[in-house]
Amino acid sequence: MISPTALYALLLLAAPLATIFAYSFLTDGYLTVDPIPTFSNYTEAWTNEVYRVVMLRSLGVSMSVTAATVILAFPIAYYVSFYVEPSRKSLWLFLITIPFWTSYLIRVFLWKVILGFNGVVNSGLMGLGVIDEPLTFILYNTNAIVITLAHAYAPFAILPIFVALEKIDRSFLEAGKDLGETGFVTFVRVTLPLAMPGVISAVMIVFIPVIGDYVTPHLVGGPEGKMVANLVQVLYLKLDNYPLGSALAVSSMILVGMVLVVAAMQLAIFGVVFKRVAPATPLLLAILTAFAAAQALLVVIVALWLTTGNAVITVGLGAVMHIGALLLLRKKGVMA
Amino acid sequence: MTGGWFRIYAYGFLLFLYAPILLLPIFAFNDGAIVAFPLAGFTTKWFDQLWVEPALHQALKNSLIIAVAASILSTCLGIFAARASTRYTFPLKGGLIGMIMLPLVLPEIILAIALLVVLLGIGIPLSIYTVILGHVLVCTPFSIAVLTAAFQSLDKSLEEAAYDLGETPASTFRLIILPLVTPGIISSLLMTFTISLDEFLMAFFLAGTQPTLPVYIFSQFRFPKSVPVVLALGTVLVVASIILLTIAEYFRRRGIAKTGGKDTGGFL
Repeated sequence: MISPTALYALLLLAAPLATIFAYSFLTDGYLTVDPIPTFSNYTEAWTNEVYRVVMLRSLGVSMSVTAATVILAFPIAYYVSFYVEPSRKSLWLFLITIPFWTSYLIRVFLWKVILGFNGVVNSGLMGLGVIDEPLTFILYNTNAIVITLAHAYAPFAILPIFVALEKIDRSFLEAGKDLGETGFVTFVRVTLPLAMPGVISAVMIVFIPVIGDYVTPHLVGGPEGKMVANLVQVLYLKLDNYPLGSALAVSSMILVGMVLVVAAMQLAIFGVVFKRVAPATPLLLAILTAFAAAQALLVVIVALWLTTGNAVITVGLGAVMHIGALLLLRKKGVMA
Repeated sequence: MTGGWFRIYAYGFLLFLYAPILLLPIFAFNDGAIVAFPLAGFTTKWFDQLWVEPALHQALKNSLIIAVAASILSTCLGIFAARASTRYTFPLKGGLIGMIMLPLVLPEIILAIALLVVLLGIGIPLSIYTVILGHVLVCTPFSIAVLTAAFQSLDKSLEEAAYDLGETPASTFRLIILPLVTPGIISSLLMTFTISLDEFLMAFFLAGTQPTLPVYIFSQFRFPKSVPVVLALGTVLVVASIILLTIAEYFRRRGIAKTGGKDTGGFL
């Protein structure tokens, strides 16, 4: 039954993606792509200052967008799930999704109107006398990109979190209250952990596509706000350098993958440490300890990078140390 | 009043979500060539200009052809996948479904260049047909999401009753299953139509010399004097898509009510 759809995806998705991957190892010739295998596209993508700056900027933008979107989305999902009457929930979800369905290009362009020199924000604030001169830090830079993308991806973050919150058995929360916990403690100990699957899928569904966004950096990013997709477009359609364009696209996905792996490791360490210290320590202290333990991994990775300057050693040793730490903590947890 | 601060935050957030859409008609009816405050007075001349732009009409025609084709094709593919994933188990099921749903998270630029390279490599000229191929890829996961909900709420015993009464699998599908999932199918058609109509990047890479409506809009942003016309066009598009989505939502709810399910959420 699934065969036609799977076949379609295989032919028009898997095969092209494999082709891109293969292209990224080929040599670019004049008007042709020569079948000479090479790593030089990746060397170029990771060492050339131009590409490196753009890739790191893209990564920074998508991390900020993800953080902003998920943090802004959580209270909305929480409100709709916990406070809105069941009969009105689908109306709320409908209202939240409508803006997403209206022309993306025009929405992005209107953010330019809102944030611009004579825009809504500036004329509003000047009219109120809050500022004397128009603010210039909100258009044609990465701030504008983050605001616009946080707006565009809001429904993608709200819906998975909402679904996870809806699944929470409300009697758990009552149990927490009956046992004398405050609302906040119940939220941190019960609601938040149970909502994590939704938060994680929200992070994935925002973080991965945002790094490859083309329209927003093009329209509101200005010359200093170009992202990976803009470079890929130029390399593909203007410079006709398919191998380097492919290598950049693949590199951005590798970057995304690495960040997600580090985030997953941090989450795992946080969870293990929190479970171990939580029974004996006050809540806030337990959170801080677990958070510090999770950050220790990041410090190790950065230190490895700075001392060796070698990506392979950094990734390899970082992963080994992480797994070791996790196993050790788990084991002690069992013994205790 | 329930929710306290959450409620205030929720309404504030809705305002943030709707801010661009609320501004759109303000500038579309504004009698000034520059899109900025202060406003210059009321006019409908930007809307009148929509009637006399041949390039716009051609782009709209291309977009409509693409959207109709892409919505029908992706909904058909969606029916196969949703039926298979809700009723049967087979080897590699998770992997295959994951692959089909991949365009939902993968950046569109990667899908676009991947298709471009392969199509050019095979030697297929870029046209609205290549855009249709790309749009089907993007739309199918959304179609599957809607249709899986529709198929999941089907009661299996209805099907079994039909078999017991001597119906063949084909006639059971036509007489029992199809009528029950029809609202889901209509909802999927409308949704994928809307997505295809709005999709920019695939069309930008794959359309060749036959621009779609978003590609046309994108090209017009370069000329400040044509921006008000684009905003008028945007107003029309927003109104049209809200109408389409309201119809889609109506059918989705009716479908759930028909199969006796509980309404658990929105489109995604």
